[in-house]
Amino acid sequence: MSDLSVDINGLILNNPIMPASGTFDKELSDIIDFNQLGAIVTKTFTADKRAGNPVPRACELPNAMLNAIGIPSKGLNNYIEQTVPYYQQYTSPLITSISANTATDFGLLAAKLDMVDGITAIEANISCPNIEAHGKAFAMEADSTAKVVKELRKATTLPLWVKLTPNTGDIISVAKAAQEYGADAVIVGNTVLGMAIDINTRRPKLGNIMGGLSGPAIKPIMIRMVYQCYKNINIPIIGCGGITTVDDVIEYFLAGSSAVQVGTANFIEPSTMSNIIDGLQAYCQQNNITRLRDLTGAIIDEKFAAIDALPY
Amino acid sequence: MTAIDSRSTIISNQWVNDEYKHMIIQVDEKAANVKPGQFFNLLCPQTQADKPFFRRPMSTYFANSQTGQVEFLYKVTGSGTRTLAELKTNDKLPVLGPLGKGFNLKDHYKHILVVGRGVGLATLAPLAEAAAEKNILVTALLSARNSDSLMSQARFLNVNANVIEVIDTDNSSRVENVEAIILAEHQKRPIDAMFTCGSTRLTKLLQKIAINHNIDGEVALEQHMACGIGMCYCCVKPFNIEGESQPRSKRVCIDGPVFDIKEFMA
Repeated sequence: MSDLSVDINGLILNNPIMPASGTFDKELSDIIDFNQLGAIVTKTFTADKRAGNPVPRACELPNAMLNAIGIPSKGLNNYIEQTVPYYQQYTSPLITSISANTATDFGLLAAKLDMVDGITAIEANISCPNIEAHGKAFAMEADSTAKVVKELRKATTLPLWVKLTPNTGDIISVAKAAQEYGADAVIVGNTVLGMAIDINTRRPKLGNIMGGLSGPAIKPIMIRMVYQCYKNINIPIIGCGGITTVDDVIEYFLAGSSAVQVGTANFIEPSTMSNIIDGLQAYCQQNNITRLRDLTGAIIDEKFAAIDALPY
Repeated sequence: MTAIDSRSTIISNQWVNDEYKHMIIQVDEKAANVKPGQFFNLLCPQTQADKPFFRRPMSTYFANSQTGQVEFLYKVTGSGTRTLAELKTNDKLPVLGPLGKGFNLKDHYKHILVVGRGVGLATLAPLAEAAAEKNILVTALLSARNSDSLMSQARFLNVNANVIEVIDTDNSSRVENVEAIILAEHQKRPIDAMFTCGSTRLTKLLQKIAINHNIDGEVALEQHMACGIGMCYCCVKPFNIEGESQPRSKRVCIDGPVFDIKEFMA
């Protein structure tokens, strides 16, 4: 048996496979064994109840999904009273994904979770709009990332994972800011802001007009960002975006991931995570890989030789 | 709910008329244990021309837990149903189901009314059969654009349902006329519960009758879905819950697709 365990800054997971927040719920327990998962990541919630976006909330595109669900939330109390106790029946660590409108509110929410039994780590979804910066996502800029991570770090002693967004022009600075202010790991990344229009009705295909693109179509963008982050930060990177197969996971590892999150694929093929975990063991054995974690950043990325000739 | 992830085999996939196809698949017996109103989420194949990405929810037209056979009646309209239409006998089709909550036939019902339009009739046919098995009398009001678009009459007639057909071309499907028919039927023999699928106008009409005459009612709703099992929150609709001042969101896939007709909001 190969060793599939991974080390996320001191937190050891039995394997690197976990769901991406928002693509997983208890209903999946009918189909896969939750104890198999490296970790469980619950749907992002906010301190207060909120309704989410109007429908249509999703549309399909070739090899991709465009969604604007809008983080509907039953609030903090519901999470503590209903969600946490439910997942305590499973051995997989529970990663709690949170969102808030301001850096201060992020801190307040994290502080309330700090003493809750059964929560292993906090995932801060800082891809949500920062109300103090006219709705720009926190993770779009290094300064706002620094501010929110600082508040979170002050508020919690739990391992702090920070989920970055590809909707930034400078992922390296953002990732560095997260590291500098105390993130234990970063998740790279989240959905890519997009839009689709129905040419017959001339209306947007989403009720919220714009939304996040996910699925296999965005994987190259995320692989690139994981690679860039790996070269510039020292905390673990959890890759996320378009994973459907074992090969995708290996690609993310080679680019620099220490673990991965599987998202949209859970909607299309609900046994995806289970299949990947089984397949990873087989892949490692077939390729004589004794420790999966040795693949992190193992890309051979020497540039190919320059063309020694005149143009054309 | 216990969703089963199956790799079904196509037994047949035949045209019923110019628009509709009837597909029979083989799943295991457990997955074929379907309550009327429940659905499957089908992983439509990708073809050269069409690349559906999401699964497609489809209510069951017939299911037999003894043989493991499940049937669907579907209108070929978009990329998903176009690729489904190309499936041949012995092809494989991944299906997830049965999903959602089905219709509730209470033990004290003696006479029910089913009102369906278009493909909604396919959802109601198994309900009529389940009612007949419980010795519940069924009145089936079938609505369509024209008489050629009326389907499944045989399924209702086979269970000795009192079948009433209304169509657009002779104006008999007008809401006022349908209302008069239903009230006349209720006068003749009290209706204990009404069930509908396939038309917002008819649902609103039945809701009005249900409230005014204190009759039970349920509606099977459709909504675009991604996962079909409650994880994605794509298929929400607002509902009026008795005793609550504000509408509440429910997921059509897991809280439904069958809902109390009094909760329905157009």
